[in-house]
Amino acid sequence: MTTNATPKLDAPIRRRGIEAARAQQALWLLLPTLIAIALVAGYPLYRTIFFSLFEASLTTPDERTFLGIGNFWFTTAEGVQLGFLQDPKWWEAVKNTMLFTVVSVFLETVFGMIIALVVNTAFPGRAFLRTAMLVPWAIPTVVSAQMWGYMYNDSFGLIGRGLLGGQALLANTDSAIWALIAVDVWKTTSFMALLILAGLQSLPTDMYEAADMDGATKWTQFWRMTLPLLRPALLVALVFRSLDALRVFDVMYVMLGPVNAGTTSMTGYARLQLIDNSLLGMGSAVSVAIFLIIMVIVVLYVTAFRVKFD
Amino acid sequence: MKKAIAIIGLTAAIAANSQAAAVTVTLACGAVGQELELCKAGADRWAKKTGNSVKIFESPNLTNDRLGLYQQQLAAKSSDIDVYQLDVVWPGLLSQHFVDLKTKVPAAEVNAHFKGIVAANTVNGKLVALPWFTDAGLLYYRTDLLTKYGYKTAPKTWAELATMAKKIQTGEQKANKSFAGFVWQGKNYEGLTCDALEWVVSFGGGTIVDDKGNITINNAKAAAALDAAASWVKNISPAGVTTYGEEEARGIFQSGNAAFMRNWPYAWALGQGDDSKVKGKIGVAPLPSGGARNAATLGGWQLGVSTYSKNQAAAISLVRYLAGPDEQKIRAVEGAYNPTIQTLYKDPAVLKANPFFGSLLSVFTSAVARPSGPTKGKYNQVSQAFSTAVSDVLNGKSKGTAAVAKLSTDLARIKGRGW
Repeated sequence: MTTNATPKLDAPIRRRGIEAARAQQALWLLLPTLIAIALVAGYPLYRTIFFSLFEASLTTPDERTFLGIGNFWFTTAEGVQLGFLQDPKWWEAVKNTMLFTVVSVFLETVFGMIIALVVNTAFPGRAFLRTAMLVPWAIPTVVSAQMWGYMYNDSFGLIGRGLLGGQALLANTDSAIWALIAVDVWKTTSFMALLILAGLQSLPTDMYEAADMDGATKWTQFWRMTLPLLRPALLVALVFRSLDALRVFDVMYVMLGPVNAGTTSMTGYARLQLIDNSLLGMGSAVSVAIFLIIMVIVVLYVTAFRVKFD
Repeated sequence: MKKAIAIIGLTAAIAANSQAAAVTVTLACGAVGQELELCKAGADRWAKKTGNSVKIFESPNLTNDRLGLYQQQLAAKSSDIDVYQLDVVWPGLLSQHFVDLKTKVPAAEVNAHFKGIVAANTVNGKLVALPWFTDAGLLYYRTDLLTKYGYKTAPKTWAELATMAKKIQTGEQKANKSFAGFVWQGKNYEGLTCDALEWVVSFGGGTIVDDKGNITINNAKAAAALDAAASWVKNISPAGVTTYGEEEARGIFQSGNAAFMRNWPYAWALGQGDDSKVKGKIGVAPLPSGGARNAATLGGWQLGVSTYSKNQAAAISLVRYLAGPDEQKIRAVEGAYNPTIQTLYKDPAVLKANPFFGSLLSVFTSAVARPSGPTKGKYNQVSQAFSTAVSDVLNGKSKGTAAVAKLSTDLARIKGRGW
């Protein structure tokens, strides 16, 4: 996490020899990590890209035929469209995932900011509250999604029967996406609050004392001082949450089942093709597409907002 | 040093010896209802008899999830699971990963099972798995409520069911707001394919894809069947029925909150359990007709031995024991799991525990198979396209006629150059 108040090091007397030796030493120390990354991330990625170019079944990956970009875009002589980019379900999944990401991350940031500002002030029981607010985040998503699934049930659920009088929010994918956003906001707001709180605590207090002396209102202090200084921390938190939200899978899968999850999240669509339909090639192609989409969004984020990860 | 080597050698020899005598076989069981307890108990009986031990692998509840997990195990040629519990629609999909039991099990033992089910488990002459229990959709109803509202028998047609369910629901809702007329499996998954196939066949709309592999779903009767089902949602069935699987429907029926339920036979024994609010008030009947016939979808589970198993002999012995008459009888009495062995339907103990087995025998023997045979490896895609089309009709996104027309195009796309 970045802060603006990095202490300046006293420039030591440096000689080239020591620096080169240190760089070499660092390389050696990094080598195991690099090898591990190549093995656990690089190889699966290579295999996924490899299989995206083939037609293959999940049960017999060795019997495959080369398709090129056929898994992405392919129209047969009879006019049958077989590529997943030609499948309206894929685009529905993309639309829903984007909606989910934008709305949930926006709400989590706003609520997270409010909660962080509250727990940043001194009051009795603050330490307890800071721990307690992390509970939703600590519960595994599969468990909390199932719990919410029961609450949304229209015949015995706290929300479905109690609040909405027998409406089934999850029955229809159009309304289900809002129910899912609510679950995600409930779950991840505390994580966002924690990231923002860490940023808030690095802000110098004497600055606020000076602002108080000068007669600046709390409102002005927030907009003119807190927010600009918090920007680096906030942006890192935003990138993290956006990436998580784009890759969302478990909430949809648990609450909607395998088939409907395929039209509400991109990863759900990938799983449906890869596992349920055992289309190894098609599923890999979808995964590659998701990888590219997420990469493009990260690059856009980082360049547009000049996020620094150091 | 010499002594150490001798000791190591000795212990190794003992270990190898004991391993040859008793092995551990891993068995993948389902966990719907009381499946898991019965599976464990059966495996323990075999273990006690043979001196081997059995490790139980708990599988996910939804059949779609189970298949995904199994496919990954099998594709990786993993020897972790020796015996798999297979859905009746899977043999065509997974046949190459299983031991041919035709050569390992005496013919008389195989032929004791229903012919149709053995045929469903035979792919290109290879017996992929032994039938364990069979399933067919049934209509459960509340005998007390039918009497209360002046009905003498279970409904014979879907229209009758809708009228009765509406009347009972209106009456019961005065005291109990959560009461529903009819609950079934409306979630978009394999279970919905089973339910919807029953409607379509009962209306005379065919079986989606016929035995020769032709797509037959685009017809007026199939469309009418789907429209009829859509008219139940929010009328005699709760709005959330399109999010229910087997267990959700059973939960509502068993807590006394529904008049009718479509479910598999396993729901009988649980409904008669001491914790059931409807104990002694349940009747079972064939599913209503839509004008053409009464139709029940054929379900059921088989046991197959993985070719990657390191303990094939023991695994085959376990499968033969579990699929044998003694074990099937225990499961029928304790869990209402339908035997696949014909003679057990005359067994007094089985009939005493499940009075409907005898009278509904024709439902089980004439159950309609899903088109997994003709569509082979693409069955899952076909089923998914079908359940999605049905789901759209149930949720009011489209009408029956438009849905079956679009489904027909989707299926053509899945079929591509052939199944």
